[in-house]
Amino acid sequence: MKWSRRDLLKGLGGLPILGAVWWAGAANTVSGRRERSEILEQLNIAPSLPPTVPDITGDPVRVGIIGFGGRGEHLCRAMGFATKEWVEAMKLEANENPHHKALEDFLKQDKLNVRITAVCDVFDVRAEMAINAFATKDNAIKRYKTHQEMIDSGEVDAIVIATPDHWHAPMSIDALNKGIHVYVEKPMTHTIEETFRLREAAKKSKAVFAVGHQHRQTLSFKTAQDIVSKGTLGHVSLIQTNTNRNDDNGAWNYDIHEKASEQTIDWEMFLGTAPKVPFNKDHFFRWRKWWSYGSGLSGDLLTHDYDRLNCVLNMGIPKSVMASGGIYTHNDGRTVPDVLQVNMEFPEFSTGSSQKKGKEKGMTFCYSATLGNGFNRPTILMGHDATMELGNKLTVWPDGGSTRYAEMLEAEKMRPMAPIYQYNPGANVPDAISSATSQYFADKGLMWTYINGQRVDSTFLHMREWLSAIKNGGRVSCGIDEGFDEAITAHMAGLSWKLGKRIDWDAESETLVPIEGIDFDEALLAESFDFNKKRIDEPVEVLS
Amino acid sequence: MSTMKSNWQLKHSIVLLRILIGWHFLYEGITKMYDPDWTSFGYLASAQGPLKPFFTWLTSDALIGWVDTLNVVALILVGITLILGFLEKIGALAGIGLLALYYLAHPSLPWLPQINVEGSYWFVNKNLIELVACMILYQHPTGHVFGLGYFFKNNKRTAKIEKV
Repeated sequence: MKWSRRDLLKGLGGLPILGAVWWAGAANTVSGRRERSEILEQLNIAPSLPPTVPDITGDPVRVGIIGFGGRGEHLCRAMGFATKEWVEAMKLEANENPHHKALEDFLKQDKLNVRITAVCDVFDVRAEMAINAFATKDNAIKRYKTHQEMIDSGEVDAIVIATPDHWHAPMSIDALNKGIHVYVEKPMTHTIEETFRLREAAKKSKAVFAVGHQHRQTLSFKTAQDIVSKGTLGHVSLIQTNTNRNDDNGAWNYDIHEKASEQTIDWEMFLGTAPKVPFNKDHFFRWRKWWSYGSGLSGDLLTHDYDRLNCVLNMGIPKSVMASGGIYTHNDGRTVPDVLQVNMEFPEFSTGSSQKKGKEKGMTFCYSATLGNGFNRPTILMGHDATMELGNKLTVWPDGGSTRYAEMLEAEKMRPMAPIYQYNPGANVPDAISSATSQYFADKGLMWTYINGQRVDSTFLHMREWLSAIKNGGRVSCGIDEGFDEAITAHMAGLSWKLGKRIDWDAESETLVPIEGIDFDEALLAESFDFNKKRIDEPVEVLS
Repeated sequence: MSTMKSNWQLKHSIVLLRILIGWHFLYEGITKMYDPDWTSFGYLASAQGPLKPFFTWLTSDALIGWVDTLNVVALILVGITLILGFLEKIGALAGIGLLALYYLAHPSLPWLPQINVEGSYWFVNKNLIELVACMILYQHPTGHVFGLGYFFKNNKRTAKIEKV
């Protein structure tokens, strides 16, 4: 049988098409991969592996909880103890919305070798809730009226402090002096003087001291350390971090419990060293709004962003801080600002330079916050060679004017708008250049990190690290030195806003540079301050 | 005469459709085959809709490797059969199956969040349209017009003539 040319064309015409498509697919993929690996090789970034800590073996750690409010409950869940009320509420949430994974994640969480043996809360309802939820036949939970009684009881090896800020240092210091391990929420102190005193107590004590900056466990931040240390970004001259919130909860207007009264709340104990004011539910449940008990944006939220960056860059305490802002979105009797801009100067700091020696040095860390708008502004590190967005995911873009990448930019192997590195621990492979198949996972912010593609509560990891250090020794990732940097920086920001002045830190003598006529701690605690450096001696405004 | 002409046009349009769909499948398969880092994990893990548990199950460690390999092999085979016009009915069926899975993993239902998809859709998306196009290819094989099927058609015809 003979085939004409027409037959061959009609019968075999598909073959060249097949060959062409195959060749194009293979060639494009291989060259894309080569380009990507060339960039990755040059960057030489090592994506971090999940943290491992020695097991918490032996007798369970006996933990006492001081403060069983919203955060205290969360910390207990991180240790594996949830209240029935919370479990029921989460079940309802999950029924309504299958994407609600809080309960599922909690049940999947590894069990820590912990026994909650004591609780201390000035509000009866909360103390009783903890006892009802966690006491078992074999494990009675005792309620203590004061932290001192709890520490002296011999029933606790460690305490978790989730109280208002003004109680953080006194409780921590008392516990450390007794050799009781401490996990304290941020900011670790309320005044400058306390910060030094707590550092001394922690250094002297054999007990393990940890500050609750759980984001130090976030996998991406460890990779970010590697990215910066390898000079990927060049000299970082500006950091931009933000708080954007626009709801009552975000503005610290938490619910006031219906059973709250002078009969159910030990008001004197709550006040502690704070100015004596009559019983006030608003102050009790929404203490973050007043300088007497809390520290507003600078102590509550700036500390997160500052410590996040201090974890990545280890830049320490700023040389100077200037802040401005006001009470512009929630004029409800609060004294802490709800809009705050803080510029922190680090004139001696450098992340390394790809340019002539001595040309680049110094960095400004800009924190910008409003409680009146929820638009998400990312955290950005701006370097001469590249820009990095820091979150649960990391993305690095080369800069058009980069020295380090000039050749690759010239050869169009890099483009300023195209990321040269992406790290997403929620996905299974690091991706150099975003591709159509690059995995998409919503960035959940500071609360979560991903281990082997599993979502894990970073607070759980942080507490596990603390408990493991108690049993096995070793360093915690946010100990007294990190806490010291964070507290001093937060207080400098608070002071600058209150005084309308630049606050300077003398690193050599480790002191704040004095301002004539100003007692910094007095200024920090004052509910109101005028710009003539005088404390206004009016009683605190009390809202009923 | 005009019926013959329109028949000719239709046949050749379907040939063109077959080649283009084959091209698309083959290219998708080849790019994945040559990229060892490629995985369907992200697409499956972010699946939406009623079959979400099924797709999530496919992402398990034991299965994901098989799922990836089968997907690449199936894409390439569909591509080859459609471009070459050989066993094209089987290829079209396999294509329908693949596209149905892709559609169901991320259905364009207005009440579902659209994750990992491009374009704006309301029930109908490109996967669904390509799926229906594969149905046409299944119902109207054209390998005998353009493709390896041409030889078989001629063989059959020769055999018939010889018989007569």
